Amino acid sequence: MKASNTLWKEHLAGKMPEDLGREVEIFDNEVALRKQGKMDERLFAETRLRRGVYGQRYDNGERHDGAKVQDMKYPSGTLTKGPSTMWDAPGMQRIKIPGGGLNAEQLETLAELAEEYSDGIAHVTTRQDFQLHYVHIEDTPTIMRRLAAAKITTREACGNSVRNVTACPYAGVCRDEVFDVTPYSRALSKFLLGHPDCQNFGRKFKPAFSGCAQHACGLTSLHDIGFIAVTRNENGVEKRGFDVYVGGGLGAVPYMAKRFDAFVPVEEALPVTQAVARVFARLGEKKNRSRARIKFLVQDLGIEKFKELVLEERKTLTPDPRWTQLISDAEKNVEGPLREGGELVAGGSEAYQRWLRTNTRPQRQAGYVVVTIALPLGDITANQLRSLADIVRRFTKETVRTTVEQNFVIRWVSRKDLPEFYEALSAAHLADPGAGTIVDVVTCPGTDTCKLGISSSRGLAAELRQRLGERNFQAEEAVESLHIKISGCFNSCGQHHVGDLGFYGVSRKVGGYAVPHFQVVLGGEWENNAGSYGLPVVAIPSKNIPKVVTRLTGRYIEGRNRGESFKDFIKRIGKVELKNMLDDLVRPPAGDRSYFSDWGDPREYTLDDMGTGECAGEVVATVEFDLGAAEREVFEAQLAFENGQIELAGKTAYGAMLHGAKALVKLVDPAIAEDADQIVSEFRKYYFDTQKFYDPFAGGKFAQYLFDAHQKAGNPYTSDSSRYLIDEAQLFIDAAHSCYNKLGTTATV
Amino acid sequence: MDFQHVNVKFLVKDPEAVDLEPLIPVFHRWIQAQVCEELLLDIADYRHVPEGPGIVLIGHQADYSVDNTKGRLGVRYNRKATFDGTNQDRLKQAACSALKAFQRLEREGALGGKISFNGHDVELFINDRMLAPNRGDIRKAFEPDFKALFDRLFRGNEYSMSYDTDPRRLLGLSARSSTTFSIAELISNLSS
Repeated sequence: MKASNTLWKEHLAGKMPEDLGREVEIFDNEVALRKQGKMDERLFAETRLRRGVYGQRYDNGERHDGAKVQDMKYPSGTLTKGPSTMWDAPGMQRIKIPGGGLNAEQLETLAELAEEYSDGIAHVTTRQDFQLHYVHIEDTPTIMRRLAAAKITTREACGNSVRNVTACPYAGVCRDEVFDVTPYSRALSKFLLGHPDCQNFGRKFKPAFSGCAQHACGLTSLHDIGFIAVTRNENGVEKRGFDVYVGGGLGAVPYMAKRFDAFVPVEEALPVTQAVARVFARLGEKKNRSRARIKFLVQDLGIEKFKELVLEERKTLTPDPRWTQLISDAEKNVEGPLREGGELVAGGSEAYQRWLRTNTRPQRQAGYVVVTIALPLGDITANQLRSLADIVRRFTKETVRTTVEQNFVIRWVSRKDLPEFYEALSAAHLADPGAGTIVDVVTCPGTDTCKLGISSSRGLAAELRQRLGERNFQAEEAVESLHIKISGCFNSCGQHHVGDLGFYGVSRKVGGYAVPHFQVVLGGEWENNAGSYGLPVVAIPSKNIPKVVTRLTGRYIEGRNRGESFKDFIKRIGKVELKNMLDDLVRPPAGDRSYFSDWGDPREYTLDDMGTGECAGEVVATVEFDLGAAEREVFEAQLAFENGQIELAGKTAYGAMLHGAKALVKLVDPAIAEDADQIVSEFRKYYFDTQKFYDPFAGGKFAQYLFDAHQKAGNPYTSDSSRYLIDEAQLFIDAAHSCYNKLGTTATV
Repeated sequence: MDFQHVNVKFLVKDPEAVDLEPLIPVFHRWIQAQVCEELLLDIADYRHVPEGPGIVLIGHQADYSVDNTKGRLGVRYNRKATFDGTNQDRLKQAACSALKAFQRLEREGALGGKISFNGHDVELFINDRMLAPNRGDIRKAFEPDFKALFDRLFRGNEYSMSYDTDPRRLLGLSARSSTTFSIAELISNLSS
């Protein structure tokens, strides 16, 4: 697309690290081969994904423009870059930033790329990566070359590979950490990049490091492998190690990681991970993507058996000098200050004082603070990136990191420089207060650009951010410290399970019209490395979500006990009361058409269902009633679970799935009996085999939840299996709503 | 020396009075009717980013936006695909496209006349650092092309030009006419 791509290739030859340059060269050739039709589209899709080159919404060449589905007539015609993915359609480039660590030159490179190849915005993700949107496939090799020249890679930013190794952004300067995990995270990142043992996974694999157990910064509980820094005394000598967890993950049904070993010596971190990778590659599911993450393998084998297999594998590994050499190399890069530390000068404007309170935190090293730059929805402009590069050069030794809250932190800022630092940030519009507070809403891209998005998570986040920003929460500190996390669908890229207030996008049909909704997820915990996962309470129309936030936070302010956390408050008042509180928000007000479009997008959410007749209306009401009843059963299952009635919870969740399936089967066979075998059999025949119950990207995953639950019905439920089944039941009901929406009125009559 | 990927931005009068939200349905209608020469694809909403790209109408060959970069609100055309011809052809094409989009916005009833040209200010960028690095020698080499465009656009009336000389930024300049022009007049000047 860019006229200069060939020139960049010549210009940067020999200016990139050899391995990265070679990687880009290979990909460049693959782009050329695919363009000439000499490479299979599936193979090309996998190879581009492994370089972080994603598809984007509408890249199948079709887009509903609010009135009709438009066929995008791209110049490259029918050429594709993957199955149903048009060559010319804009895509997304993900850029890996291990541990979120960047220098000024890298910030400037990102600025240039955002400007020249994207829409002027670089986006920080919830895993410390960057993303550029609306990128043309033919520009991606040049983007990669320019990144490689700045020592950044996109390799394995996507695909069934080891993703970005994330780490606590405060590592090395945090007052609470056990030790600095930075060298270990960097060593693991280098070690696993392109490692032959990591090339045959059924799904992705995400590692994370945390310097302590109690804070959220590392989020180790929700990772495939998580390392928490610990020490122990061995014969009077303090020895470093990691409390290692495996098998965590969010996705549709979140799994809490299981403890693998309370103490893995630091020098064993790399070989143990290699052994874990080999076991995962050998035994992990390959065909069924929806059960291919390591969390399912750990769950199926049990942590003890899994550990046994890993330790056996560890014994077979040929010693690799890089296990320790990479750590030693990384340890040589010791961060420090540019300027002398000092004391904070008193005074300053109200805005400055507010920023100081929410956006700075003292370092372990006296005289210095870490400054957080709160980015709205994780977005930063090219000009801001350059300003940030100037600022970090002026005040620090370019000690910048991205965070999983889609922000930047600047480390080693002298306390005495803070007024000047604030002024510099303000000039670049980077001094918004409220970092890490309720205003600092985290969100995935959602329907803006993601192919999987169901509701507009960014639209909602922008709306909440604006409304909450107008309130001063200083007097309501308990509310100020809450976290809002939003995902556009059930896949949890916005980490909704671990927010105090979590939301994920679903659709519902109201009066024959599809209406964007969000499931309200409560009970999650951000602290303690994502200490617990919330559960969905009720689906609410998107446009009513700000009212949900106002009501829940208001009730918390009024009704909380002294020192009571939001999570404990939610547990105390209970889901029944919560649901009652929100009951009047469940349906859009009659006649208000604004509910039929999403935040920031005036198109009707779907128009395919418009013009519904009276006759169809009756059927709609029946199906909706049945699906609503099934949804209530999921809620009852949650209540039973919270009351410790594990068996009842499991049975009720299974029953909810059966009733959801029956609701759909009744559209075809109104006389369907209350017999589980018959319901499942007919559901399979009419909806699964015909692929009517298929999610465009998850395939038959949600139907499989029903089949698995039916097959296991009668077996006793454990706490884990019951909990997973509740999540699966909710997703099954959401999918049933979605299936029903897609069927349209003609099919329902 | 040839450049490509020209960006042209005409600044808006009274930017504080402009609410960007009503632009979103307007741009959606433009996609529905495919009103531009380029294939129009999608809309990116960056209202939450201060001094950012504003609302971007993403196209295949080019993006249109009501852009607030550097706090200077204007209607911007960003040519992404290559364009055949001379540098002068490319400048004229980008300026024409930006002007036509501006005129269309001025006529959009839904915007209530809030988006109108300030009569004087134009910005121009070459969005490719390889073809046009922001150096003194390159600026000097391209200046005759830039002047030829502005001579024509402002119909020989006096104007000033100033470059952003930060070598990290895109090669770009601001031009300010001493005479007041309407968008229709500028379109007419360019096509004459």
